[in-house]
Amino acid sequence: MIEQLFTKAVLVGILSSGIRLATPYLYASMGETFSQRSGVLNLGVEGQMLLGAFAAFYISFTTGNLWLGMLAAIITGLLMGLAMAFISINLQAVQGISGIGFYLFGLGMSDLLFQKLLGTVETVSGFRPVYIPWLSDIPIIGEIFFNQNILVYGAYFLVFAAWFVLNKTTLGLKIKAVGESPQAADSLGVSVSKVRYFAVAFGGIMSGIAGASLSIALLNVFQQNMTSGLGFIAIALVYFGGWRPLAVMGGALLFSMVNSLQLWVQVLNIPIPSDFAVMMPYVLTILALIVSVQRVRPPSALTKPFERGH
Amino acid sequence: MERWLRSESVSKLVDVLLPIFAALAALAFGALMLIILGANPLEAFSALIDGAFGSTNALADTVVKATPLLLIGLGICISFRGNVINLGGEGQMIIGALMATALGLAFPDWPGILMIPMAMLAGFLGGAIWGGIPGALKAYFNASELLSTIMMNAIAVQLMNFLLSGPMIDPVQASKASKIPQTARLAKVFDLPRLVPTRLHLGAFIAVVLAFLVYILLWRTTLGYRIRAVGQNPRASRYAGIDVKKQIVLALFLSGAFAGLAGAIQVFGVNHRMITDGSATGFTGNAGFNGIVAALFGQLHPLGTIPAAFLFGALLVGANKLQRAVQVPSALITALNGLVVVFVVSSDIWRRRREQKRLIEATVEQKQEELLSSHTAEAEDKQ
Amino acid sequence: MKKLRKTLIMLLLVALLVAACGGEEAEIVVEEAEVVVEEAEVVEEAEVVEPAEPFLVAVVMPSAITDLAFSQSMYDALIAIQEERGADNFEIVYSESMFVVDDAAAAIRDYASQGYDLVIAHGSQYGSSLQEIAPDFLETSFAWGTTVDTFGMPNVFAYEAKSEEGGYVNGVMAAMLSKSGVIGVVGPIETGDAKLYVDGFAVGVAATNADAKVNTNWIGSFSDVALASEAAQTHIGAGADVLTGTAQMVVGAIGVAEENDALWFGTQSSQTSLASSIVVANQVYHWEVVLKQMIELIEGGTYGGQYYEITLVNGGLEVEFNADYALPDDVKAAAEAAIDGIVDGSVTIFP
Repeated sequence: MIEQLFTKAVLVGILSSGIRLATPYLYASMGETFSQRSGVLNLGVEGQMLLGAFAAFYISFTTGNLWLGMLAAIITGLLMGLAMAFISINLQAVQGISGIGFYLFGLGMSDLLFQKLLGTVETVSGFRPVYIPWLSDIPIIGEIFFNQNILVYGAYFLVFAAWFVLNKTTLGLKIKAVGESPQAADSLGVSVSKVRYFAVAFGGIMSGIAGASLSIALLNVFQQNMTSGLGFIAIALVYFGGWRPLAVMGGALLFSMVNSLQLWVQVLNIPIPSDFAVMMPYVLTILALIVSVQRVRPPSALTKPFERGH
Repeated sequence: MERWLRSESVSKLVDVLLPIFAALAALAFGALMLIILGANPLEAFSALIDGAFGSTNALADTVVKATPLLLIGLGICISFRGNVINLGGEGQMIIGALMATALGLAFPDWPGILMIPMAMLAGFLGGAIWGGIPGALKAYFNASELLSTIMMNAIAVQLMNFLLSGPMIDPVQASKASKIPQTARLAKVFDLPRLVPTRLHLGAFIAVVLAFLVYILLWRTTLGYRIRAVGQNPRASRYAGIDVKKQIVLALFLSGAFAGLAGAIQVFGVNHRMITDGSATGFTGNAGFNGIVAALFGQLHPLGTIPAAFLFGALLVGANKLQRAVQVPSALITALNGLVVVFVVSSDIWRRRREQKRLIEATVEQKQEELLSSHTAEAEDKQ
Repeated sequence: MKKLRKTLIMLLLVALLVAACGGEEAEIVVEEAEVVVEEAEVVEEAEVVEPAEPFLVAVVMPSAITDLAFSQSMYDALIAIQEERGADNFEIVYSESMFVVDDAAAAIRDYASQGYDLVIAHGSQYGSSLQEIAPDFLETSFAWGTTVDTFGMPNVFAYEAKSEEGGYVNGVMAAMLSKSGVIGVVGPIETGDAKLYVDGFAVGVAATNADAKVNTNWIGSFSDVALASEAAQTHIGAGADVLTGTAQMVVGAIGVAEENDALWFGTQSSQTSLASSIVVANQVYHWEVVLKQMIELIEGGTYGGQYYEITLVNGGLEVEFNADYALPDDVKAAAEAAIDGIVDGSVTIFP
């Protein structure tokens, strides 16, 4: 039975599934990477995702226009991001707790709106896999990489864009500076709060899009608490990747592929109890963490509010 | 009147009341949402207060709800003061509960007076191990404890599902077709004693006593000193000869232990068996996260966590009554919970500004006195 | 700042005052309700006639009333009864998302002490709480599901669903409709009526086509829609062209089935609305069938001591065919034969 795992069909299935499953994690964790790199820890990602998912779904459902739905998700994420920024930067609230508060608020609000505005589970016709001429036809590679919908492609594009911005642009430099030594950055004329506002707002937008990727692209449905812990895993992946976009992507792919692997393990009746199969992605992530002993530190100013002269 | 308002004790009182005002502000928002949903806010909030404090049963429920929050909060005080982030309370609570339950199931004939302390110890150890693993990973592999504790939570849930539907399942259930994943009910003698004929059990008192012990640990023992030192300045601590790695492991070990104890107490004092619905929250009721909030509201001080946990427990219990009384979706309660947390944590800025002001005023006063005394001294000298 | 402080303190005092007054009103209302209920019971014992006072039902549930599965099926059943009897005659209150056992216990006790006629504890995890609370309220009737245990108490009813029956029928149809011979199942965790349904389904498939393969995926959660969707994808990848599943996260799986033109069999409630082109049939729970029997007994003065099962026989379970799906006649006939077999006892699902 275990040799069935290594057939072409199964491996292609696992890889293509893994790439798809990783999408919401990628959006959320790229946003959180920016936020944390600038020094703000946002634990409310999951709440932002749920509200974004609902906004995208509801607008798409009522207007029939998926792009309007995306816009709704972006605006929702932006508002939540700005709120988080205000509370963390201006009010200097303890970031760990405020994040949990946002999570609970997003969880409850999205559920409440769902019950009052929709009432029952509905489906939308979401983004479909996009056919790219020539690329999608490549055997195996085409099936795995080029048979996905536009939001999936967007996620991977985002990773490279994030890498580029953080490492090759002045904006990226400012973000990193503000997260490492805000005092120094401030004395050089960089507006610490402006940069942080941007990073956190960006994080919010990304979380909103992550939610939309679930409700109007991958699953085409909205259910209460449909993210089921995804946001927190995305935050953990930021730590896993040492705050570097490419490494974070690696973590997201690892996690998603193993998740997809464990589903196949069950389907192929490989004799592992289902509970242990479900554990696999989590155990492997910890193992990977140990193996890839990293000398990375978190941004020095992470979770520390900035005040001149401190 | 002015003088009285400016006096120090009133100032401290306002500091304490500030979070309560913030909570009220959040509830005001909640009132707005209730009105939109067609419910009567006055009815709703009186149900909230009634549900939390309105009868002996209600008070008992509040304290029972607050107990795991307090215990986990104590663990968080230790770990956060050691600068280690423990988000693994849910998993540690589950593992502690499993260990304690396993002990109770393995030796059903033991006298209660032997089993209860041993089971508490088992819970303590179970949670300690589950916390110690991420601790060791951080100390020796520099693996982020935020990541590993979240992963360990998920692993704990699956382990619980496996054990409760397999090796630890109630023989009665095992013979049925539906196989509800629950253990047999623990022997009655193992129930934590109840001091009043309500659901209030001994665990609550254990928790309060432990709060005092943790306070003593952190501020009156070398161990506690070391944990705090490493938390505030790891580099300096290393120069001072403290084994930083050991302290990190210890901080998470102890933190997990308290969560594990919370799990054991929850089983032996409330549920008297373990049953799973596939999720962590079905057993823990989100105590792992709410405990963090309680500890932070208590300013990460073990004694402050006692009232914080109590009030938070009251909010949770009262909110359920609110939902029943005005029949609004429970989602509103969750959203309200979130709003309260956000408002309260945001209100802290005023406390800090006032503290800064007080500090500045105190320093200015001191300087004035010094100047005055040196002037007087000069004047005397001249004469 | 001083002014702000004063106003805040004033606000706090006002809020506390208002709450205190409001609290007293609530207590008075509750006492009146209890008196009313006592009067109603006295009337009923004198003459077994339609009660003048409304029948009060409270239900405590572990998930949301919109979960398209377990909790919703009970809530829908109560609404159905309410429509028959009229809202003035039959009042329902609910506590949803009570996944924490001691929250549920507080709710159950609260309802009982407020004088509800029937308090339904809709979740097998509520058993121990019920055992403690029921003896304190012998004038209240409690119902506990899904289980057959009444603890030997005179005021506890128990109810269960023989979900394996509809599972079997669905399995028979699935085996006949699958061209690839591979069928996929997406489940939450292997317990309770989910397990009964899936086991019955597998037996039904095996009885119809011994060569057909049933692959089962227990995804370990009731809420992870994304994982359920991927599980369905995995089944499709393994060649399945018919899928089934249980619990609220299957909405993800149904979407995948629709995308891949795989057929879907549903359970617990009707899932036709989600994908009407591919849903073949649903096993729908009609708890009202047994609830009505309990209510009759309660109105007659018996508060418990019986257990009920919803089955194909008593109509508590119904295999609902999707009118929009063109079911071949031979498949329909086989399904109906299976139903008849279960009803008359000639078909035993679990030996």
